[in-house]
Amino acid sequence: MTTLAPPAGAVRTPGPHRGAGESRWRRRAPLLPALVFAIIVTQLPFVATLVLSTLHWNILRPGEESFAGLANYGVVFTDARLRAAVVNSVVLTVSVVLLSLVVGLVLAVLLDRKFIGRGLARTLLIAPFLVMPVAAALLWKHAIYNPTYGLLNGTLNGIAQLFGDRGPTIDWVSTFPMAAVVIALVWQWTPFMMLILLAGLQSQPGEVLEAAKVDGASGVQTFRYMTLPHLRQYMELGILLGSVYVVQTFDHIFTITQGGPGSATTNLPYEIYLTMFRKYEYGEAAAAGVVVVVGTIVVATFALRLISSLFREEVGR
Amino acid sequence: MTVDVGAGTAERTDVAQPQPARQRRRRVEDTSTGAKAGPVWTLVAWILTLFFFAPVAWMVLTSFHREADAASNPPKVLAPLTFEHYGELFGRNIAPFLINSATASVVSTLLVLLLAVPAAYALSIKPVQKWTDVMFFFLSTKFLPPIAALLPIYLIVKQVGMLDNVYTLVILYTSMNLPIAVWMMRSFLAEVPTEILEAAEVDGAGLITTLWRVVTPIVLPGMAATSLICFIFSWNEFMFAVNLTATVASTAPVFLVGFITSEGLFLAQLCAAATLVSLPVLIAGFVAQDKLVRGLSLGAVK
Repeated sequence: MTTLAPPAGAVRTPGPHRGAGESRWRRRAPLLPALVFAIIVTQLPFVATLVLSTLHWNILRPGEESFAGLANYGVVFTDARLRAAVVNSVVLTVSVVLLSLVVGLVLAVLLDRKFIGRGLARTLLIAPFLVMPVAAALLWKHAIYNPTYGLLNGTLNGIAQLFGDRGPTIDWVSTFPMAAVVIALVWQWTPFMMLILLAGLQSQPGEVLEAAKVDGASGVQTFRYMTLPHLRQYMELGILLGSVYVVQTFDHIFTITQGGPGSATTNLPYEIYLTMFRKYEYGEAAAAGVVVVVGTIVVATFALRLISSLFREEVGR
Repeated sequence: MTVDVGAGTAERTDVAQPQPARQRRRRVEDTSTGAKAGPVWTLVAWILTLFFFAPVAWMVLTSFHREADAASNPPKVLAPLTFEHYGELFGRNIAPFLINSATASVVSTLLVLLLAVPAAYALSIKPVQKWTDVMFFFLSTKFLPPIAALLPIYLIVKQVGMLDNVYTLVILYTSMNLPIAVWMMRSFLAEVPTEILEAAEVDGAGLITTLWRVVTPIVLPGMAATSLICFIFSWNEFMFAVNLTATVASTAPVFLVGFITSEGLFLAQLCAAATLVSLPVLIAGFVAQDKLVRGLSLGAVK
């Protein structure tokens, strides 16, 4: 359905007054404050990052600032910690996004049907997304994963005691650090995926589904051949927006594991933070920042293309 | 002020066509003919729901338990309840942090609306040339990881003496939410039917009258939804808050983290704090859950 819509630029009919300077400026005037603000606050820091990334600058060694050329990028690409951070970022982002997408799809399909208390169930299900991320991270770390009185070990212990045993005392965060972070994040992001997929399910034209039913298609067939293709755009949107947000994860790492043990859960944002505020290597931190931006632009290009197809669909309507 | 009729109608045709497609949506029929779930699936849905909600429920429940009961193993669900931890939080001076959070979130949300609504107008009802490019520029700023901008922002803010100042956060949160708001508001404004605007013009309404009497009432729910999303993201923001504030301007998430490391862990009190700081967003989100999707997807999904 997107391919049928002409590109957004082509639909626009030029107005007869185009070129009349005054009217053009009157039209632009409402846009300018926002545009100028966005350029100053978002683009200038990035230009500054580019400049900083070419400097040797550690504030623990004052007076030794010098031009470094691309040396910082050399460090970024050869540093073992940073490479580990790249791997951790990819592992974290891919697993969180895919797991929350799958669980979100299951929940969306369940909630697309009418049942007793559906509205309440939906309300309860979006709660994890609304809990403040720092609060959620602390909740998981202390109230759930804690080895002595966390809910997880506590429940296992309670069940074990029914059979006369003593439950296990597993320190979840240090034994499975990455899994601990991933699960806490999946819990927080699943409602996001569910909401987007639910919107997709509910935008399916009813008569098409009814026609499929009349033609004798089974529920599974309808889902496989009609619903899933219809949902594809929504899944892509969820994956891409989810990736853009999850790759920036800072709160959970900072709170649950502090990047540890060792550097087992240090992702790129946290590594940059460490370089900046623990090692005070400003040049290196800036170079790493530039690398992250370039990586994000690659992902974002796909995101923009996808969103622009949704966007064109609306414009061409 | 008069309305530029010729250019207005010609350029607008692409944006705000009547949308028969939306009327076909199943959501409309859902109440009458929607598929009924079998009891087994209802049970599965509810079990999963409660499973997902359990950590939140546990957080709230623990916040009302005494510390000794909160730290018991196996967990005591039916321990006596107490309000004391919420009182203790105010004894620990959580109020300034909540006030900072409220200031940063509310002021930046107002600022975002002030910038985004006119911009969205210029991008939808009377679109400027290359308006799609402008839209994508705004969106692309959302994709820049804030951590990459933290260092220069930190240096600049330090230079101008605005570290530990809540208005630094206001500016940053405004730029963080501006693209979302422009996209959302544009999608709401694009839905204002062309016929209504034309009718207003025919009736001789000027631009201001048209905007105030015709457009505003239609997009008011959209503005409310946009404000809500901006408020949620600002209220929950942590990275800038923890790195750019120290004592005076710290927000609620910074309070939470600081309060853990300062002394031993008080689990019940932590849960009370986590509940308290999450409450505004939870309430706002529950009230406006229908609008959340649109905000989270930048207006791309309705």
